[in-house]
Amino acid sequence: MKIHEYQARQIFRNYGIPVPDGILCYTVSEVENAARELNCMVVVKAQVLTGGRGKAGGVKLAKNVEEAVTVGKQILGMNIKGYTVEKVLVTQAADIEKEFYVGFVNDRNTKSVTLMASAEGGIEIEEVAKNTPEKIIKYPVNPLTGLLDFQARNIAMKLFSDIKQAQKAASILTKLYKLYIETDATLAEINPLILTPEGDVLAIDGKMNFDDNALFRQPKILAMREPDEEELKEIAAHEKGLSYIKLDGNIGCMVNGAGLAMATMDMIKLYGGSPANFLDIGGSSNPQKVIDAMNILLSDKNVKAVMINIFGGITRCDDVAKGLIKAMELISTDIPIVVRLSGTNAEEGLALLKETGLPTVSSMSEAAKKAIELSER
Amino acid sequence: MSILVNKDTRLVVQGITGRDGKFHTGRMKEYGTNIVAGVSPGKAGEMVEGVPVFNSVEDAVKATGANTSIIFVPAAYAADAILEASEAGIELVIAISEGVPIQDMIRVTPLLKQNDTLLIGPNCPGLITPGQALIGILPAMIFKEGNIGFISRSGTLTYEVVNLLTLNNFGQTTVVGIGGDPVAGLYFIDLLERFENDPETKAVVLIGEIGGDAEEQAAKFIAEKMTKPVVAFIAGQTAPPGKRMGHAGAIISSGSGTAAEKIAAFNAAGVPVAKEPAEIPVLLKQKLEGKI
Repeated sequence: MKIHEYQARQIFRNYGIPVPDGILCYTVSEVENAARELNCMVVVKAQVLTGGRGKAGGVKLAKNVEEAVTVGKQILGMNIKGYTVEKVLVTQAADIEKEFYVGFVNDRNTKSVTLMASAEGGIEIEEVAKNTPEKIIKYPVNPLTGLLDFQARNIAMKLFSDIKQAQKAASILTKLYKLYIETDATLAEINPLILTPEGDVLAIDGKMNFDDNALFRQPKILAMREPDEEELKEIAAHEKGLSYIKLDGNIGCMVNGAGLAMATMDMIKLYGGSPANFLDIGGSSNPQKVIDAMNILLSDKNVKAVMINIFGGITRCDDVAKGLIKAMELISTDIPIVVRLSGTNAEEGLALLKETGLPTVSSMSEAAKKAIELSER
Repeated sequence: MSILVNKDTRLVVQGITGRDGKFHTGRMKEYGTNIVAGVSPGKAGEMVEGVPVFNSVEDAVKATGANTSIIFVPAAYAADAILEASEAGIELVIAISEGVPIQDMIRVTPLLKQNDTLLIGPNCPGLITPGQALIGILPAMIFKEGNIGFISRSGTLTYEVVNLLTLNNFGQTTVVGIGGDPVAGLYFIDLLERFENDPETKAVVLIGEIGGDAEEQAAKFIAEKMTKPVVAFIAGQTAPPGKRMGHAGAIISSGSGTAAEKIAAFNAAGVPVAKEPAEIPVLLKQKLEGKI
């Protein structure tokens, strides 16, 4: 789960990380009021759940109220990577002496939370990571001890030559680690962390992602969720025990198991078609699940054909077939469907389906070819 | 021979009185797995599918000499169950539970290392040594005894491919589903090493997915350390970046973990990568006959 910058800043503040004041605005007149209230040079920042806002023109400096209104008009309503900007954060502009990068992330290889830090922060951090990886410090934190004060200090001293500044940064690192663990984050990033001419160290941007598996014990984080239309569909599917992700193609896929679902999408592409979605219905033959899945698939108007791909393991294919037949009785659609059943009791299942007139096949490749053919009619 | 589990495995089922635990205990027993105990706090003295239930793993180990555990408890309690098994001296833990928080697994990892406990999963279908022991939720009838080692991050895709192998007369030594979570127990390299050292295993099939760099590391290991042929498949070649495909692990972010990168790494290591599941037995045959 992702949250907006303004929400991440709120969490940072709650943990005592210094963040400049900011006001969230939905309209140009709110931007005007916010700029007046802050009474200083401000930055107007688009709040969208995607990276690269600065490069897209979604972050702009304004010297006075009039300029804030001008850039507010430009940014509110603009489109950044498919996201419409519905709100902006108006924040005090800070004087920047130098920009740094600090962040925590889960690392699969070391099986630990890893601290990443660099003296070359800012919007080019990904380029820095790619071209000069030696400029990024990576430090896996021992989960049994957490990030210890001396460790945070030693890393901060590699970024800051002044010990007082390093101590300020170390305190931010310790707090960032604490909030990372306590909120079950999968990413907590400050980019940039800045040094001001006065020697203060501030977080002027923040990004956080969270572990979906841990949301059950993070009610405060869950309450911050602001899903867009597409995510609402995915969440609704999730509540029905389905895992759904919309894609751009025209062949709807219904599959049991995530790996097989991905392999099904790949196969459609391999034979020249284009999958409309990822949809994993899990390991049950419950007709209701099939009905829910079909309704989700068919709500996508791009879908021209549906490929159902089931490998019966513990779930028997004849049970799956009965579920499908029941579902088909309740759903009326002109969209052609091809069903592939394989595994436990596949023959019985296919025989049951034949009576209903649904096209059935026994291999994945046949099913993909057939679905593509049907979608082109 | 085989890896990790065989007919001498003494299995304890944690969460045996739950719906899934009970159901799969019956199936595993039917297959011939040597299940010696179940654990469910407060249910000591009960019998489930003819298996005696204990209040703790410690009690179960003392009474039955169990050395391997399978975990069916809900995700929120899975980390605790894993550590309970480890502290009781269990050597191999298989965690089936799906949806375990990542931080829980990160905290568990150093303690398992300290106790020398091996972990498979979480969020995995388990493993099977055909003809000897089924420890997991895999459908028994598709497997066959033979010489192919099998490692996969996926569930049903594993069944799909194993079924194709069996139909093409490629039986298996051991089939391991390592699970799709970002932080998990034994991974490709740990298992490749075991298959390399298993005299019975003649070749290995590896099923990877997008996300992470475990496949790239596996490719490096194969090039440097393996003498046995390996054939691979990568699921998720058409998945869009930044989207989570059911498995927490199957996500591509910031330009790493793409299928193209993994396929290139395998090809560079001399590992043929199948374009679709049906091609795997074909490549395996060619590889074993030295034609590719």
